[in-house]
Amino acid sequence: MSDRISVAKTYKLYLGGKFPRSESGRVYPVTDAKGAFLANAAHASRKDLRDAVSAARKAFPGWSSATAYNRGQVLYRVAEVMEGRRAQFATEVAACEGIAAKKAESIVDAAIDRWVWYAGWTDKIASVLGAANPVAGPYFSFTVPEPTGVVGVLAPQSSSLLGLVTVLAPVLASGSTAVLVSSAERPLPAITLSEVLATSDVPAGTANILTGHAAELGPWLASHADVNALDPTGATPADRVTLAQEAAGTVKRVLSVPDTEPDWTAEPDLSRLRRYLEAKTVWHPLGV
Amino acid sequence: MGIFDYAPAPESRALANLKEHYKPFINGQFVDGSGEPLKTINPATEETLAEVGTASVSDVDTAVKAARKAYTSVWSKMPGAERAKYLFRIARLIQERSRELAVLETLDNGKPIKESRDSDVPTAAAHFFYHAGWADKLGYAGYGPDPKPLGVAGQVIPWNFPLLMLAWKIAPALATGNTVVLKPAETTPLTALVFAEICQQAELPPGVVNILPGAGDIGASLVAHPDVDKIAFTGSTEVGKLIQRTVAGTRKKLTLELGGKAANIVFDDAPLDQAVEGIVNGIFFNQGHVCCAGSRLLVQESVAGEVLEKLRYRVSTLRVGDPLDKNTDLGAINSAEQLAKIRGLVESGDAEGAQRWTSPCPVPDRGFFFAPTVFSEVHQSMRIAREEIFGPVLSVLTFRTPDEAVAKANNTPYGLSAGIWSEKGSRILWTANQLRAGVVWANTFNRFDPAAPFGGYQESGFGREGGRTGLEGYLDV
Repeated sequence: MSDRISVAKTYKLYLGGKFPRSESGRVYPVTDAKGAFLANAAHASRKDLRDAVSAARKAFPGWSSATAYNRGQVLYRVAEVMEGRRAQFATEVAACEGIAAKKAESIVDAAIDRWVWYAGWTDKIASVLGAANPVAGPYFSFTVPEPTGVVGVLAPQSSSLLGLVTVLAPVLASGSTAVLVSSAERPLPAITLSEVLATSDVPAGTANILTGHAAELGPWLASHADVNALDPTGATPADRVTLAQEAAGTVKRVLSVPDTEPDWTAEPDLSRLRRYLEAKTVWHPLGV
Repeated sequence: MGIFDYAPAPESRALANLKEHYKPFINGQFVDGSGEPLKTINPATEETLAEVGTASVSDVDTAVKAARKAYTSVWSKMPGAERAKYLFRIARLIQERSRELAVLETLDNGKPIKESRDSDVPTAAAHFFYHAGWADKLGYAGYGPDPKPLGVAGQVIPWNFPLLMLAWKIAPALATGNTVVLKPAETTPLTALVFAEICQQAELPPGVVNILPGAGDIGASLVAHPDVDKIAFTGSTEVGKLIQRTVAGTRKKLTLELGGKAANIVFDDAPLDQAVEGIVNGIFFNQGHVCCAGSRLLVQESVAGEVLEKLRYRVSTLRVGDPLDKNTDLGAINSAEQLAKIRGLVESGDAEGAQRWTSPCPVPDRGFFFAPTVFSEVHQSMRIAREEIFGPVLSVLTFRTPDEAVAKANNTPYGLSAGIWSEKGSRILWTANQLRAGVVWANTFNRFDPAAPFGGYQESGFGREGGRTGLEGYLDV
């Protein structure tokens, strides 16, 4: 009996809930850690990026006004669907990152658990970060955290899945929408994650994942007037300076990130979530 | 004078204890700055109030070194409970010297004495009192068990609320264990230098607070100084962007409180007389020199005529004149430059086809004054609907549905504040939820409290001042 010829997949972008090729028609070869060919990935262009920002902006009113309970369930659903694809993720992570199967499996487990961690946050954020303000006057004053808007994310270059999830999940948990540029050399787990997102009730456009180069797409993301915040993790330290300068043109919130990728297995704190939240203070007089 | 006219009721200028010369405050001492001295004037009379020594770039460096030394050797080592007591002392000293500070503020800034006396100075004291209590309770603020300060904070503040903005900046910085180099605005340095005296009276350790009068170049050099860990700025969006660009890629933590173009939305079920009071307060408080001023009035079409009529009547009763008079509602515009800017934007409103109405109130011949002005038939594309005027000029637009009101309110790159007037609770809460602004006042306007976080969305800046949220900007978290 001869071995079956497997069905090879064409890897595409994830944009507005659909899987288009790059409008530029460009692709680039993706290899495993030893240099063997794995696939051609779509090489996203400036136009793809702008389309992704439009999609994210369009999705923002729906996602940001969904109940926290609903958002939590959607993020938990992402974990559920990932769980069903553990083997596929482990294979891709092992190939991309050049690590042993056991290690890759533990990374996939941690990535799934990270969705669960953030899923549980959605309906606690307002109680932990909001407040009833004891103002000195006859007013009821309260402060609620609200999502900042569209967040541009340059995903980590090394950690192809756990790092990716750790930077994307807090954006979605906050109620913001995301335009994410994956690791350039290790994009396959990101593409597979987008297939998970597409089948997990994440509304179209809420998360948009582009494969391509942070150095090429980052400046457009940083200067785009309809992007509210920027996570420059996937850029080089030198590029982060120019990206932060570009971001100043529209007063973007720019995440402060370490020069080298942190230990992604560590439990996150609230710093990423906080960066994507705006405090809104509401006042009303008391009286009869 | 008619039988129901107000008699003059001026507050005594002598209360300000005005001196001929003021000096920069570095390392606990008043020193001769090596910058070119500036003359600060009373915008209500255009007379020189005092000569103020300014800092040079080398003074900035000296002040940062003093702040660094105070940080490492004293302030960061001091238990929070002890830091707190210094802040409490400062709060009390501000209260004790409140009349002096109010009169001085009014002389230097041009704002009515009733506002400096009843709002600026007491709220400044309240900020120190509030933050004093945090100094030994930071572990309960939600940033981990033992959040650390950043180090030296460089702070640059505007001229519209000179002492109050100083308090918004210095109180949280000191409470969290940072030391400060602050540059007051070029046209309003005096109360900051009296505050420096208060620091001496409170026996605050030298170098913990340094005050450097000067122009924009001194602010820029403070922002760019390599040994500053934190920058806090309140001012225009234009300058805020430059600062963000300067700080980009450095380890400095940045908070910005920038411009605004707030929508004040009046629904058809609003209590119209109360709403009119709120509209007036929203735009004419402090001559409209307020970043969160309700400068775009959005009125539901069905009540627009009635609201405009009531509004014009009410505005025509506002008294413009001597800021030291206790009956004055609108004082002087802070500078000739600002007055020119306001005039330019008002002319653009005329040119673009809006209908201008100006209060017939008498306006003094001398000094920088601008009569309250209301533009109707304003469209969203006009400059007076898009740009921050920072003066007593209101632009009135109309809407038909709540959705349209929200769409128009949010149609701005800013997002600092907004107002809602309605008697219907669910509509207020729905609207408050939809507005992309950091502060929403419903059936009130321009309320401030140290316990209530304040700050903007989008190009109105980032970070908050006040409340538990406001501590984050001064902590290494």
